Amino acid sequence: MSEHIVIKRVSNFIIPFIQLFSLYVIAHGDISPGGGFQGGVIFGASIILYVIAFGMKDGRTRISEILTDFMNSIGVLLFAGIGLACVIMGGAYLEYTKLAGSAGEGHGSHAEHALHLAGHLGIYGIEIGIGIVVASVMITIFFETANTQDDD
Amino acid sequence: MIELLDILLLLFLVICAVAAISMRDLLSSTIVLGSYSLFMAVVWTRLNAVDVAFTEASVGAGITTMLMLAALSRTKRFEFLYRKKGQQEDPNKETNPLLKNWKRKRFSVTKVSGLIVVLLTGAILIYGTMDMPDFGDPNSPSYTHVATMYIERGQPEVNVPNLVTAVLASYRGYDTLGETIVIFTAGIGVILMLRKRKKT
Repeated sequence: MSEHIVIKRVSNFIIPFIQLFSLYVIAHGDISPGGGFQGGVIFGASIILYVIAFGMKDGRTRISEILTDFMNSIGVLLFAGIGLACVIMGGAYLEYTKLAGSAGEGHGSHAEHALHLAGHLGIYGIEIGIGIVVASVMITIFFETANTQDDD
Repeated sequence: MIELLDILLLLFLVICAVAAISMRDLLSSTIVLGSYSLFMAVVWTRLNAVDVAFTEASVGAGITTMLMLAALSRTKRFEFLYRKKGQQEDPNKETNPLLKNWKRKRFSVTKVSGLIVVLLTGAILIYGTMDMPDFGDPNSPSYTHVATMYIERGQPEVNVPNLVTAVLASYRGYDTLGETIVIFTAGIGVILMLRKRKKT
């Protein structure tokens, strides 16, 4: 498939936009439809499009096996780590507002603002974690399932 | 007028489903399944389930099609068919892909028993929908249990404008963690089973 110049040019042009859109979906998960899962899937799809257009070998030089394997675990660890951080700060598991620490104690607009910010950042963090896991797992599944005989 | 759109969409769904199972070319079948998911996404949007529609469009129409194509690269493109005389043959060897002489076997025990199972399951499912509350009924159990609590308290408690994200990330945080670990496990399983290891 690697000699198809039209597919190559078009995917070269469109892949950055797909990836930008996927990051937008992850970052705006809390105010619009979408979130980590959908954004991660779209990001994975952009890499798979690259592999379909340019071939397995070129794809693996862009995004290596070690990178996707690491990202698999890093995403889950980010999610679980945020939950654990909430426990360390004295709350329940995944109780994001406790991430504010001492700034969230007491009354007044300052404390309230800190609590809101902590909740927001916690949800951002887990959305990013989910996005990393989903994107890297989709890339891994595609690379391992697709037939590699053409390139070997 | 808008009901007509609904009927058309559902009709397209049925057409896509029938086309997907009746095609001999598995590549076209995969593409038709992708368009099935796309129509399904429009149906979800009509039901105001935008998050579900987004997931259906990206997962069902996007990534599933790609993974099916990847799986298809491991097998053959054309379905195993029968020549008119009755013996099995493999159309993938044929140079002409139009497959004029190829035919599916009309009746077989597996096909008839499959049809019976499908009809029975469909009848039970339709019988089950008779007990369901009307569409959009405010007194239905799904609206009276925790949904009202989420709608009333979600905004001040979680402070996230998208209520679906508030439920997924905060109220059902453990569920989401579990789902993430399921995806992680799927990735690990694929690596363990399918990756070519270097001989040591």
